[in-house]
Amino acid sequence: MNRRLSLFNVTSLVLGFAFLYLPILLLMVYSFNASRLVTVWGGFSTQWYSALFRNEPLMEAAWVTLRIALLSASAATILGTLAAIALTRYGRFTGRTLFTGMIYAPMVMPEVITGLSLLLFFVAIGLDRGFWTITLAHTTLTMCFVTVVVQARLLTFDRSLEEAAMDLGAPPLRTFFSVTLPLIAPSIVAGFLLAFTLSLDDLVIASFNTGPGATTLPIRIYSQVRLGLSPEVNAASTILIGIVAVGVLTATLLSKRSLLRSDRTAG
Amino acid sequence: MAGPSFLKRLGPGLVPFVPYLWLAVFFLLPFLIVFKISLSDPAVAQPPYRPVFEWSDIAAFFSGLDLENFATLIDDSLYLDATLSSLRIAAISTALLLLVGFPIAYAMARAPQKHRPLLVALVIMPFWTSFLIRIYAWVAILKPEGLLNQALMGLGLIGDPLNILNTETAVYIGIVYAYLPFMVLPLYASLEKQDHSLIEAALDLGSPPWRAFWTITVPLAMPGIVAGSLLCFIPAVGEFVIPDLLGGSETLMIGKQLWSEFFSNRDWPLASSVAILLLLILVVPIVIYRDVESRQLEGRR
Repeated sequence: MNRRLSLFNVTSLVLGFAFLYLPILLLMVYSFNASRLVTVWGGFSTQWYSALFRNEPLMEAAWVTLRIALLSASAATILGTLAAIALTRYGRFTGRTLFTGMIYAPMVMPEVITGLSLLLFFVAIGLDRGFWTITLAHTTLTMCFVTVVVQARLLTFDRSLEEAAMDLGAPPLRTFFSVTLPLIAPSIVAGFLLAFTLSLDDLVIASFNTGPGATTLPIRIYSQVRLGLSPEVNAASTILIGIVAVGVLTATLLSKRSLLRSDRTAG
Repeated sequence: MAGPSFLKRLGPGLVPFVPYLWLAVFFLLPFLIVFKISLSDPAVAQPPYRPVFEWSDIAAFFSGLDLENFATLIDDSLYLDATLSSLRIAAISTALLLLVGFPIAYAMARAPQKHRPLLVALVIMPFWTSFLIRIYAWVAILKPEGLLNQALMGLGLIGDPLNILNTETAVYIGIVYAYLPFMVLPLYASLEKQDHSLIEAALDLGSPPWRAFWTITVPLAMPGIVAGSLLCFIPAVGEFVIPDLLGGSETLMIGKQLWSEFFSNRDWPLASSVAILLLLILVVPIVIYRDVESRQLEGRR
């Protein structure tokens, strides 16, 4: 159907996207501001970027954040995929209602509750707060998002492919690795990227579960922001947004290519 | 389901068991501990509360528990005010999100098929950039000497700068901005499936456009409206970053209160009872949300 959009529809799209993107664009533009005042334009400069790379606590925090995100997203992807398989391929097992509850609740639960409860748990079992407690906390939160993404894919794909492989005598494990896994791979990659970004981004849960030597980038940025606006934070944000934009673009292109390929083999 | 699936033979029970166990240990158990600590007394120690488990004397363990912290929550009007103001702010924000999100989702659903994936990607994109950074961006815009006031004064629309930062208005702007994708996507999903010929039929039969919209489009979009509203309302009630950075000291919200009880006052038991309170308020919307979501997901089969 190729109707033309009404003026009202076009206006709401333009205003909506302006609202979504203008603040981010302004933030990026002002990272190239020569003036220390974030809201007054004083000419073009890249000085805040060089200041950023000389800021050792910030660089250290970025490195910690990256390691936590990689570790927790990997663990979350495995756990989340298993959970998705359990929910779509096991029918009604005992405690299924509790299980789906535990998958959906962390996604909407206010972060202050999740953060506080995990912290009290770690203290109760005597685990020192720091790198590993943040990693465990992030794994728990992000695996739920992975589950939902992978589950959506498992529910829509053609089950007869699995059955055909098994009818032809493929053992279950082989069927899983050569039929199911390739088919759900794009959603697993998408789930991993989502988990990775959520971990990079998290301030509240990390603040509750952090300890000496485990200051993440959001915690560092937050403490700087509380002291006032700083062009260095703008520069750091611009780099982060750039990395994420490139990542999302690559993922989109990759999934498009795999879609084209599966279309070709299907046709 | 057609017969026992191959995965069932793969390792009966093992596949669901691992993530199940993980969530039971790292999600469910922590809540029980929060509940326990919310009933205990603060202590000047590290960690700052009395021991959690005293297996040797179960009677003493139970006698150490009391509802003192919850009595504090009721006595001190601060917590009641913070709770009510959180619910109010979250409800108003959700209504604003519906008002802002519906026209966008509607226009996306009416757009030519080939442009829709791009429009969806454009809505999701901001979600991939840091939440903290997106809220931080608004500080520079809303400050008295910030970009919004500069623009409005430059255009001659206002004489004196508007005071928006550190007010509740700034919190509404922040929540609508940060949660907009969560509202637009469920709305779009339910609007996109609608058959436009229903509207055309109504118009042909002489129904005025607003009536066709209210009696056809809105009821059919209800699942999306419910899912989007809950997806925004629940986390907004416990929001911390937005009221802290944009709301200033005059904005009372329960999530902020929990944070300061924990980090500033170091009263862990009281912070735990605030968490239990927050959870009790949200348990009904969370259960409804879970039902709506899993029904929609399973309905796609």
